[in-house]
Amino acid sequence: MIIRGDEPEQVRLLRKLYKPGNYFMQGNEAVAYGALFAGCRFYAGYPITPSSEIAETMARELPKLHGYYLQMEDEIASIAAMIGASWTGFKVMTATAGPGFSLMQENLGYAVMTETPLVLVDVQRSGPSTGQATKGAQGDFFQARWGTHGDHPIVALSPTSGQDAFWETIRAFNIAERLRTPVVVLFDGILAHTRELVKIPDVDDVEITYRKLPANEEEARLPFGDPHGDGVPPMPLFGHGYFTHVTGSTHKENGLRDVYTPEVHDRLVRRIHRKIEKNREVYERYEEHFTDDAEILVVSWGVTARPALGAVLRAREEGIKAGLFVPKTVHPFPGERMRELGKRARAILVPEMNLGQMILEVERYVNDDVLLKGINKIGGVPLTVEEILREIRGVA
Amino acid sequence: MPEIYSRYPMVKYLRKEALPTALCPGCGGGTVLNAFANAIDQLKLDPRDLVVVSGIGCSAWIASPYFLADTLHTTHGRAIAFATGVKVGLPDKKVVVISGDGDLASIGGNHLLHAARRNIDITVILVNNFIYGMTGGQVAPTTPFGAKTTTTPYRNIEHPLKISETIAAAGASYVARWTTAHVYQLIESIKKALTVKGFSLVEVISQCPVQFGRRNKMKEPAEMLRWFLKNSVPVSKARNMSEEELEGKFIIGELVNRKRPEFTEELNKLIDEVQEHFGLKEV
Ligand SMILES: Cc1ncc(C[n+]2csc(CCOP(=O)(O)OP(=O)(O)O)c2C)c(N)n1
Ligand code: SF4
Repeated sequence: MIIRGDEPEQVRLLRKLYKPGNYFMQGNEAVAYGALFAGCRFYAGYPITPSSEIAETMARELPKLHGYYLQMEDEIASIAAMIGASWTGFKVMTATAGPGFSLMQENLGYAVMTETPLVLVDVQRSGPSTGQATKGAQGDFFQARWGTHGDHPIVALSPTSGQDAFWETIRAFNIAERLRTPVVVLFDGILAHTRELVKIPDVDDVEITYRKLPANEEEARLPFGDPHGDGVPPMPLFGHGYFTHVTGSTHKENGLRDVYTPEVHDRLVRRIHRKIEKNREVYERYEEHFTDDAEILVVSWGVTARPALGAVLRAREEGIKAGLFVPKTVHPFPGERMRELGKRARAILVPEMNLGQMILEVERYVNDDVLLKGINKIGGVPLTVEEILREIRGVA
Repeated sequence: MPEIYSRYPMVKYLRKEALPTALCPGCGGGTVLNAFANAIDQLKLDPRDLVVVSGIGCSAWIASPYFLADTLHTTHGRAIAFATGVKVGLPDKKVVVISGDGDLASIGGNHLLHAARRNIDITVILVNNFIYGMTGGQVAPTTPFGAKTTTTPYRNIEHPLKISETIAAAGASYVARWTTAHVYQLIESIKKALTVKGFSLVEVISQCPVQFGRRNKMKEPAEMLRWFLKNSVPVSKARNMSEEELEGKFIIGELVNRKRPEFTEELNKLIDEVQEHFGLKEV
């Protein structure tokens, strides 16, 4: 077996170590357990609040599963080591927060360009800069999308609870493997440190995906080709005698650098975009509550989706036709569904713990005659049900 | 294939479709590639058991893409960090980093230091040409005091980093320094570095006639090689010399060759112990 993590031995270990059932745990721990169930056996990271418990859990648990925990000298080294390990066949993850995420950006772009599967968890905290280091926020929406340079697609997910974090982390690995791409999980400091009930399933109830490996020598010789027409090349892993060349510079299908021919760059970068665009069903996911007849639509993500749901439920009790749309995959934004919902709504409210980021995505898909309003709070304290409800009442 | 390639016995180790190399005529990079290929040949290593990693710069191109093995051409300065992940994934393979002094010691200096401290079994061939060649000849952390570069047009007022000494102090298992004028010794050192268990560094003082030589009264590659030969001092002799006497000299030879617990072995040992402790081993 080349991709490590799915051998019968691993299944036996998972079953022995983590009995199915309800556990009381932190969001950060839920992320770590999700990674372990997804087959992650390599973690390289650098401590930063509020993400550190992910590293600590991985450091404790990975050796039990024959996995590797590395504490690197910084975040740049962490993502670099992950990429190296991914090319040897590991499913890999790191976790960080704002400043560390910034340091990882150059190599995140490298992973996009070299089509290296990896999972990067950004436990968002208040910024800019060191800001309020211990407080949660939702300010990295666009850092995930545009933090690295050049034209590139990115897939980013955003869980709304500890339980959700467990499953969304697994989903992040499955998308990364299926599409041979880095996947960002935009978590946040509040959910990261909230302890709540998380149900650990039986190993058999977890569906996991593995990256496509070359079927023959010919496929192995084209590590950046598209033999199956889905835009996703099979990945010839290091150590198997394929003599694979991997570079972040513009490369031909065989991996060799060609930075002079415009068509080579165009073909490569457009295919990398196409594989994300064309495989929407692999990653697109959103949640809806009362959207069927909603006149007032609340669109929210991550930690804020919870008070948003509370506010919508209360509004319904008051007879206000409010609904909630929660993109779980925030990049690429579920624009089609947003457009449909936007047509029916009279007003759209976008609560988030920043000064207005996801609202800009929402705006792209709604008409001018809809009242669009952000509900924004910064300072490290989450939005409350009351605060969101007040705004719903205001436009009702 | 042009005849010159078929007559060169080491061509079997090269990625022919990537040739000719992009290095300038007379660049020391060619010597380093040749020495590396000869070391692999003499050790009878199967290139399938080799992963070569490099950063960004002229020297980074020496083996990646030209050497026919799994090659990982990474971001500027980060080669050793990438290689660390590769080595943990493939502990039985030889993982080699070949890159420049700017790449490994300036932007990547922290990774170099920490890999030596960890003593991870990676071989680093650091090509020290005293300059940033690829970006057009700017000052490097290795540029000699007083030398001229495009960003020190009057003279360099910074002191060069003694890379090998620093990495020896940081905990590497093996450290050696040679110049491109000491090809046979260089091959022997690369062979040793590849065989030693633990972090090994071979620093190669190499000529960049185009960006360094031209601005420092050594336009011809041969002039640079003569400069290396004239100023090289063996380690044993250097030990009895004062700092003033050593000013501007290249200390050559083996600086360190010692046994120390190696990182990937320790990591796997630890995993074994944990598995034992929690009763997780299959019975
Ligand atoms: C993050 C980043 N900064 C700067 C550069 C530009 N750059 C490319 S090569 C190089 C210097 C390489 O110098 P060295 O490692 O000494 O190699 P040489 O070309 O001299 O062999 C620099 C600064 C880059 N590619 N990436
Ligand atoms: S610029 Fe200098 S280091 Fe780069 S290839 Fe030319 S001679 Fe070699």
